[in-house]
Amino acid sequence: MTSKIPLSMFPSGQACQICDVCAGKGLKRRLVEMGLTPESIIQPLGCNRGSLLISVNGSRYALGRGMANKIMVQPVYEEVPQFG
Amino acid sequence: MAEKIKVAVAGNPNVGKTTIFNALTGARQKIGNWPGVTVEKKEGTKKHKGHVLEIVDLPGTYSLSAYSADEVVARDYIIDEKPDVVVQVLDSTNLERNLYLTSQLLEMGTNLVLALNMSDRAEMRGDDIDIPRLESLLGVSAIKTVANEGGGIEALLDSIVSKTESNPPKPHEIGYGKTVEEKICALEDILGNDTELTKHYPARWMAVKLLEGDENVLSKLSSSNIEGKVQNYLSGFDNEEYEVEMADKRYEFIGALLPQVCTTCAEDVSPSDMVDKVVTNKYLGIPIFLSLMWGMFELTFALGTPFMGLIGKFFGWLGGAVAANIESAWLASLLGDGIIAGVCSVLLFVPNIFILFFAIALLENSGYMARAAFIMDKLMYKMGLQGKSFIPMLMGFGCSVPAIMATRTLEDEKDRLITMLVTPFMSCGARLPVYILLAGTFFGREAGSVIFGLYVLGILVAILSAKLFRTFIAKGQPSPFIMELPPYTRPSLVNSLLYMWNQGYLYLKKVGTVIIGGVMLVWVLAYFPQGVEYGSAESLIGSLGQLIEPLVAPLGFDWKIAVALIFGVVAKEIVVGSLGTLYGTGGGESLSPALLADPSFSPAIALGLMVFTLLYVPCFGAVAVIKKETGSWKWMFFQAAYSTAVAWVLALVTVLVANLVL
Repeated sequence: MTSKIPLSMFPSGQACQICDVCAGKGLKRRLVEMGLTPESIIQPLGCNRGSLLISVNGSRYALGRGMANKIMVQPVYEEVPQFG
Repeated sequence: MAEKIKVAVAGNPNVGKTTIFNALTGARQKIGNWPGVTVEKKEGTKKHKGHVLEIVDLPGTYSLSAYSADEVVARDYIIDEKPDVVVQVLDSTNLERNLYLTSQLLEMGTNLVLALNMSDRAEMRGDDIDIPRLESLLGVSAIKTVANEGGGIEALLDSIVSKTESNPPKPHEIGYGKTVEEKICALEDILGNDTELTKHYPARWMAVKLLEGDENVLSKLSSSNIEGKVQNYLSGFDNEEYEVEMADKRYEFIGALLPQVCTTCAEDVSPSDMVDKVVTNKYLGIPIFLSLMWGMFELTFALGTPFMGLIGKFFGWLGGAVAANIESAWLASLLGDGIIAGVCSVLLFVPNIFILFFAIALLENSGYMARAAFIMDKLMYKMGLQGKSFIPMLMGFGCSVPAIMATRTLEDEKDRLITMLVTPFMSCGARLPVYILLAGTFFGREAGSVIFGLYVLGILVAILSAKLFRTFIAKGQPSPFIMELPPYTRPSLVNSLLYMWNQGYLYLKKVGTVIIGGVMLVWVLAYFPQGVEYGSAESLIGSLGQLIEPLVAPLGFDWKIAVALIFGVVAKEIVVGSLGTLYGTGGGESLSPALLADPSFSPAIALGLMVFTLLYVPCFGAVAVIKKETGSWKWMFFQAAYSTAVAWVLALVTVLVANLVL
């Protein structure tokens, strides 16, 4: 089961995947143009008073909390989790 | 005969675009490591194999969809000026994102040469890029470059020249899927009716842009008789959903292309990330930033002092020689008391200014500036701005004029306005002479710390003012903050020295023109009417000073300071220059003893004067650029009045507190 949550709420230190961006068309396209494409994997690098430092597709980005609120992510698993 | 070739250099931010431009033209121009360092159009020429290349450096952009003012500049240049060749500089370690811009350039039908920069870094981690395959798939020329070592530049020049000799390319087509393609075709049909228009712009490109809701392209139709038809067609559906879809399709195109031309190796945690772990740490980030700033100003002061002594000695000798050898009393006074004393008191600080610019260049070129923006984001957000606004503010330490222009990288108009209004509070290099003179004279060994304190005060006033403006003038939220962080690089010595020289040269030029003019005027006013004691209260300047003295009297400033402040509006160094002229000290470091001997000066007054100089109305150059960039007299006058009021109040507080404490 996957659940979409804002990047800002995502437990720090874990990789996640971009599912959606809740923003106007301009910003949405902007993120894509900057290389934060749909389904990209986000590697968290650090956090400073609510601002995030992430690595996506080999580039480093600094995000404010407002921006991190708009990016919806889901966890990624190396392997399919086993049940039972 | 030499043939002219128009070349435009485009590329994402942080790919070394300006370094390539420097290497191509040998132009003296600054380079930086953060988005949008190229705020102005910069041009250079290069002769190569009998051709004259006219090269233009475009602002760094992620795309050509005109999101910020920078992108509009870049795109309009390519569309309207139709350069013969466009060189796109790419970061070889991140081709996917860089090729997005490539796809847009290809759609525009440009004659494209790719400079695959940082290829050494890509090779080091084991990437393999198949250049011939990339060239044939995209119909472009591609050259591997290592710009900061000059690698591949000759080949790039060859390739630019040979590109103009080949046939112009057919605009590259990216398939956008059936539904979008149908609409593109329909729009192309409509556009085809206006042959004048399609002669200038490729019809398909225009159709694509119109579907993406591009205001700029839409406005190009305004003079055409097909505008109504296009509007009509576009209103028939909701194109919002297509926008992101079209961006995705471009990435799909790139995704299909990349595996054919390049094998990339995954990167482990890079050394950059390790540095970032420390530098951007929640607890260490701000202390590290402040220590770096403090170190920078200590260095500026400590390294500059011996040079100051030498320059002072030289002017002391010159002043003596003039006094001894010129018969005419008034001419000797003009040269000695006026020009030499005035210019010397400003030139004395040239070494400090150069060191300061060098330190700023190092911070910029290493990539630290972008981290500073990240560290400050939270604080800036609370104050109604976003982290990115901090970069123009930091640039303001050098000079407010380029700093205000650098606000163009801010997408949101309100963010930009506020940043422009508060940037002049960041203490620029021109104010440094005032601090060095006064702090050096009255605070001795504490001078470095006093100066550092002034810089911190400038930052505080700037961000508190931002909060005020956000609350009362430009209401709303700061736009969300996102910024790419360039990898740390060893700052190139040559580039930093070039930057230092360019900025320092401007300073020297200012001394030669504005400041000489200013001090001569001060001298004339101090010498006349005939017969009065030079620079006394009876001279013209004394009358002028006494006229305005009541305005600053509550601060404890006498008329000489009042005069210096008035003339300092032209350029803030003149505050020192006019003091030098008024005290008629004949150059050298003798202005310091003269100030110490003057009973109307005290450490408290000196502090107040420094605070006033820091905060009051910025120099003519900065005021003019505020007018230009905001496009409004209102904001210019507002900034001037606001800053002077703030200066007056804070200087008063400073003097009162200092009188109690010191």
